[in-house]
Amino acid sequence: MTIALPAERTAPTYKIDLSWPILILFAAVLCVLILLPMSWLIYYSLVDRSGAFTLDNFKTLVTDPVFVDPLTTTVILATSSSVICCAFAAPMGWLVARTDMPLRRTVRALVTASFVTPPFLGAIAWELLAAPNSGLLNKVYRAVTGAPQDEHLFNIYSLAGLIFVISAYTFPYVFVLIANALDRIPGDLEDASAILGARTWTTARRITIPLALPALLAGAIVAFLQAMTLFGSPAILAIPAGFHTMTTKIWSLFNYPPKPELAAAASVPLLVLTVFLLRAEHFILGRRGYSVVGGKQGDPRLIRLGALKWAALAFVFLILMCPVFLPYGALLNATFSRVATSFVTFDNFTLHNIHFVFFELSATQLAVKNTFLLGAASATIGTIMALVIAYLTTRRAIKGYRALGFLATAPIAIPGIVLGVGLFLSYARPPLVLYGTLWILLVAFVTIALPAAYQQLQSAFRSVHTDLEDASRILGSTRLRTLRDITAPLLRTSVIATWCFIFVGVIRELSAAIMLFTSETKVISVLIFDLNESGDLGAISVLGLIMLAITFTVVILVNRIPGFGEARLRNA
Amino acid sequence: MREVRLSRRQLLHASTTLAGAFAAGKLTRPARAQAGAVAAEPITPALIEAAKKEGKLAFYTAMDLAFVQRLAKTFEEKFPGIGVRVERSGAERIFTRIGQEYGSNIHAVDVVNTADQAHCLVWKRNGWLAPYMPEEVAKHFEPEYYDPDALHITTRILISPIAYNTNLVKAEEVPKSFAGLLDPKWAGKLVKAHPAYSGTIMNATLQTARELGWEYFEKLAKQRVLQVQSATDTPKKIALGERAVMVDGAGYLVIRYKEEGQPVEIVYPDEGTPLATSPSAIFKAAPNPNAARLFQNWMHSREAQQILVDWARQYSPHRLVVEKPGVRKLSEIKLMHEDPEAVEKTGEEIKARYAQIFKV
Repeated sequence: MTIALPAERTAPTYKIDLSWPILILFAAVLCVLILLPMSWLIYYSLVDRSGAFTLDNFKTLVTDPVFVDPLTTTVILATSSSVICCAFAAPMGWLVARTDMPLRRTVRALVTASFVTPPFLGAIAWELLAAPNSGLLNKVYRAVTGAPQDEHLFNIYSLAGLIFVISAYTFPYVFVLIANALDRIPGDLEDASAILGARTWTTARRITIPLALPALLAGAIVAFLQAMTLFGSPAILAIPAGFHTMTTKIWSLFNYPPKPELAAAASVPLLVLTVFLLRAEHFILGRRGYSVVGGKQGDPRLIRLGALKWAALAFVFLILMCPVFLPYGALLNATFSRVATSFVTFDNFTLHNIHFVFFELSATQLAVKNTFLLGAASATIGTIMALVIAYLTTRRAIKGYRALGFLATAPIAIPGIVLGVGLFLSYARPPLVLYGTLWILLVAFVTIALPAAYQQLQSAFRSVHTDLEDASRILGSTRLRTLRDITAPLLRTSVIATWCFIFVGVIRELSAAIMLFTSETKVISVLIFDLNESGDLGAISVLGLIMLAITFTVVILVNRIPGFGEARLRNA
Repeated sequence: MREVRLSRRQLLHASTTLAGAFAAGKLTRPARAQAGAVAAEPITPALIEAAKKEGKLAFYTAMDLAFVQRLAKTFEEKFPGIGVRVERSGAERIFTRIGQEYGSNIHAVDVVNTADQAHCLVWKRNGWLAPYMPEEVAKHFEPEYYDPDALHITTRILISPIAYNTNLVKAEEVPKSFAGLLDPKWAGKLVKAHPAYSGTIMNATLQTARELGWEYFEKLAKQRVLQVQSATDTPKKIALGERAVMVDGAGYLVIRYKEEGQPVEIVYPDEGTPLATSPSAIFKAAPNPNAARLFQNWMHSREAQQILVDWARQYSPHRLVVEKPGVRKLSEIKLMHEDPEAVEKTGEEIKARYAQIFKV
């Protein structure tokens, strides 16, 4: 809107005039966001302390067990999480999209809840639940079975425990991909199969599943990448268990004396693997075009489960216990209990934790303020950037729009912690010292959010047919007036959805923030992480619930805007 | 007053002949006790006024969160209008944080309290610290508890004993020594903090390795210890009953939790209890220098030191502080010997070796 005024005057010629400046401006911004940090990262990984070229950092990486072990662990972790996510998310997605299971909308909403829950908060909640001796679930197990004190059912401080927790907060990615793919499969194909005499299960096996398979593979890759690049959950669960993953190892390399060159080298495999797997995903999803060929599509046919539908619902709720019900319950319990891992009773009920966080903990106010400020600023800037780039690329308004589109999508290949390392190496030194200010966090958050925001708005632009814009132009409007009167109102819901999507993403971000914060630029996620170091579980629970409250307020507000709920899930 | 102080500071750099004149100056002003070349300063209305103008300070510390917030709150009530922003983390992480911030020319820290004397040696050598001598320190602290150039002052004395959960360990099985923890019956029942995050544990690791050898840690690593980060977390983990015995950690929290009625008990190991004195310092580039001085001064006053003893159950270097029953006197504990110079020299090696043995 703000650019509308000057542009109206220059309307007849501006398109030619502005296309190069706009391209150069945005390309420059994107270079600052992406190319510079990645160049420094690569540079650091290839030099020694004195700045001379060396391959020793990489040699250390592949020979020293201190690095080889975390690398192996990370691969095991990511593979297992990916398999588990698919095993549970695929049937769940199918039940929600293609059957008459009750409460399907509720289930989708609950999956959204697990999606917006910060994984590190989930990890801490699962410590409360499944620490071998003090965990609530183990206490219940001992109380019920009469097992001795040192016996336990679950041990969250283990590789298996970590895989479980990571899967619990990664499966929504797979679920969304699968459910959306199944939503889109035309009912006609299944009808045809039924008419030709196939029974329900044959149709499912021969038609539905093959058509959903690319989405499943893509989901597996996304889950693998998520598990590989996650920082919070491993830092909380792996270190007590006595092992490192690549992300926690990279983080620990910044302990005194810092070894940035090794951290840079250790980031490179994560970067390369991500780029490679995303290419693979693109390849797989790119071939999916055939599934939606055809004219008008019939609605997907819902399979009647009969009596099984209650069993299906129980299965789905059992899965949702892990990321949502149990952890939220544990946090709520710890908030009001004198001892974090004792069940609240009349005797040990306390408001002390709440009082402590709000009135004693001096970091609370600053962290909440920073988080809000960064969330709002990142969301606004990110949305505007994504909007402009999406417009330029979908309408092919300027030359070189492809390059812009590529740059806007590129950060998707940069894991949060790798971006954190790169930004730290680039902007903690002259000429441009951003470290120590909120700007460096803003840069990080916008970069992380841009690809998804861009893709979301790009598809929104595509859904607004140019006919409407053309009609407006033919009737004499300028391009920007058309944008304001025709395109903008049609896009409003998508824009608000994108804004909220970025806002929620910023609130739950930890892996880049942990590399970039200073004491004055702390955000809630980092504060929670620090509190975890000293085991202040009561305060963590309160802060965690504040964080969830902020998140859900935003999500629910947005859900009241018609059509958003589904739009978000589709593009998540 | 200010001129007197300046002239004395210059004396520090003067020749030995001038040192005599300095001694004479000390004699003429017996009321204002001297520490080295830096004049001791009381809390004056002018200082309070100047501090209030700044209105805030940033305190980086390794103290347990509940305690430091209590301390900050008391200060804020006593000197309204000056907010204390606490940055709490393990001492080694505080050290990393300050190093990273100063490396990028970010001067955010006003006052620091670390649990590792070696850090002050480094900061002093870097020339980052500002000299300041509170009156009560000069009067009531033994000289071993402050730097001769008044660049840092020992605020509290910490020990890292063994402790256990009384519900999980029977009276006759209570471990008496570090060696006793190697018994297979403790496998999977120990919790331990980490020297790369905690200053207390860095010192404890050096001392234990010196007394018992690194083989001790190699054997301990086979006991499947739960590895937490902060020395303030291990007492919480045994209080929760997550593990039966803590190998190291903040002794003061164990005493505090016990007095709160939680099922924990302290053990002073036969081999000796590791010791870490915890110094505080003001940074030369502090953004709020007056508030920093006021806080540093007050923190070492009898009032604050009494809170340290009564509420936090730590040991105070202040002679006038009254001991509160329930804590064993330092003189009655067999202590290991603290060696900050060795920590400063070998800290990096200790972290690397520890990471190799414990895998994290």
